[in-house]
Amino acid sequence: MTDLEYIVDVRHVKKSFKDVRAVKGVNLTIKPGEFLALLGPNGAGKTTLVEMIEGIQHPDEGEIFIAGKQWKNHEHELHQMIGLSLQETRFMDKLTAYETMRLFASFYKLDTVRVDEVFKLIGLEEKKKAYVNNLSGGQRQRLALGVALLNKPKILLLDEPTTGLDPNARREIWNILLALKKEQNTSLILTSHYMEEAEFLCDRIVIMDQGSILAEGTLQEILTLGGGHRSLDELFISLTGRHLYE
Amino acid sequence: MNKITNHQLYRLITAHFAEIIREPAVIFWGVVFPILMAWGLGIAFTQKGEVHLKLAIVKVIANQNTMGETKLAGFMAANGVKKDSSYTIDLKNEKLGNVSLAFFETSWPNAYTMLKKGKVSMIIEDGPAGVKYHFDPANAEAKSAYQLVSNLYEYGPTFYAANQSGIEPLTMKGTRYVDFLIPGLLAMGIMMACSWGISYTIIDRRSKKLLRRMVATPMKKSNFLLALITARFSMNVAEAVLLFLFAWIYFGTKVQGSWPALIVLFLAGNIAFSGISILISSHTSNPEVGNGIINALVTPMMVVSGVFFSYHNFPDWTIPLIRYLPLTMIADSFRSIFNEGAGFMDVWREALVLASVGTISFILGLKIFKWY
Repeated sequence: MTDLEYIVDVRHVKKSFKDVRAVKGVNLTIKPGEFLALLGPNGAGKTTLVEMIEGIQHPDEGEIFIAGKQWKNHEHELHQMIGLSLQETRFMDKLTAYETMRLFASFYKLDTVRVDEVFKLIGLEEKKKAYVNNLSGGQRQRLALGVALLNKPKILLLDEPTTGLDPNARREIWNILLALKKEQNTSLILTSHYMEEAEFLCDRIVIMDQGSILAEGTLQEILTLGGGHRSLDELFISLTGRHLYE
Repeated sequence: MNKITNHQLYRLITAHFAEIIREPAVIFWGVVFPILMAWGLGIAFTQKGEVHLKLAIVKVIANQNTMGETKLAGFMAANGVKKDSSYTIDLKNEKLGNVSLAFFETSWPNAYTMLKKGKVSMIIEDGPAGVKYHFDPANAEAKSAYQLVSNLYEYGPTFYAANQSGIEPLTMKGTRYVDFLIPGLLAMGIMMACSWGISYTIIDRRSKKLLRRMVATPMKKSNFLLALITARFSMNVAEAVLLFLFAWIYFGTKVQGSWPALIVLFLAGNIAFSGISILISSHTSNPEVGNGIINALVTPMMVVSGVFFSYHNFPDWTIPLIRYLPLTMIADSFRSIFNEGAGFMDVWREALVLASVGTISFILGLKIFKWY
């Protein structure tokens, strides 16, 4: 798998829901160890694209390869190599953080050693015995991230992992992801509303709008598009006439 | 690594179980409430306390006559105890139980209001041509009040105390109301626990995107449902045992038939309602819709399946339909085991039908099950 040029290869993917064309022929590749940010306003098609990569939605047209494999015949293998954190997932309220982690660890046939490692990684060791409904928003997000990291995923998909968090809690999540980046074993696809999150964490930024990719490249590359812009929002306004974070 | 405590089925069962027992409301509604209901209803319908009947008297004489000038008023003055504008007549009978009759003298509009509110069960019109009884013949209490009061008026208060030798009150176990009630409550417990405990849990977790998160792992989907059913079943066993223990200690309830048959039927009932619960919760992710679906399933059965009172009072054409409702099948079979001494051979058909309904519903539900 390490020989693969791309860990994720999305080819001409289209997806519609009734009358809405959510994704209109997107091509996207991600290299092993690369951190990619997917930015765009609500309804841009980010979540649908990510859900297709996760195998939750199936493309109407086009193909998606994860580590050279497609969901259709390799569901079990692909589940083993993917970690994800969805928007607004709520774990069982009356389980402790530790019990929640052990539950998900059991799906990957992992024991308590890995569970303890992950708690250390996400810095939530003191909250192991706390019920999930007693955790703060930031702690819940760290727990969700920890669950996503249990299986040492090759690809980590995080859907707005810091939305609604205060700056400190957001910074804590970023630090965990930066530590992960240093190991260079995991590729990240991150959807976000926060420009600075994309700038801080990601190697490459993809801006989507109305189901299509508008711009793609490193931060410097896309800011120079169309004559140079001071921010991604300014670039988005010049491309669409609207704000990026509407 | 191979420890059972690391196995996903074990962890799923313990997680579901923890969610149930760590919620005090679940313990109250699942364990305490059925016992309270058995206690309350059992006491209300078992203890032979004094029966109180309330009736309204309306005078329809045109002039300013008082109550003392009619035949009925004369009867009341002779046999009743007057207090304000009401009379009380107490009838005694050791075997039938004592009855206290209260007659309220009032106007037509007030009498109708009292009848509508259930404060009185009959209106007695006291007119020049004699008395007339106004009541709903379909109302059993009103009908018995009519029979009692009309006999009382005709033969005097002694009629009630006479002829006691021909009455043999039934007090043996299996014939009391509480013996009818307990098997019904046990059956209802299975239905309620499965439909809310399984269906609502699935819908709630789907709405919170937890199901979607779980199926994005290598978790076996059947393990999730199996664990949910197993945890619920364990809880159902505990709830049923506690209810039975209470009934056994407090009311002396006994299983006169076969214990193995009872256990098989309990299992079959759980299979039936677990399967149905999976089926009805297979699609929706909206808890309010789920609430409606579950109520649409359980409420009609609670009303018609004879949990609290016999369904034989319903129209004849409905009886064959009612008898084949899952709740009716469980309640009827439980009763025949508890009270009639039924064995496995008497209930195996019901057990088979219930288990089949559950299995088919489960398979159908799984086929159309939406995880997200």
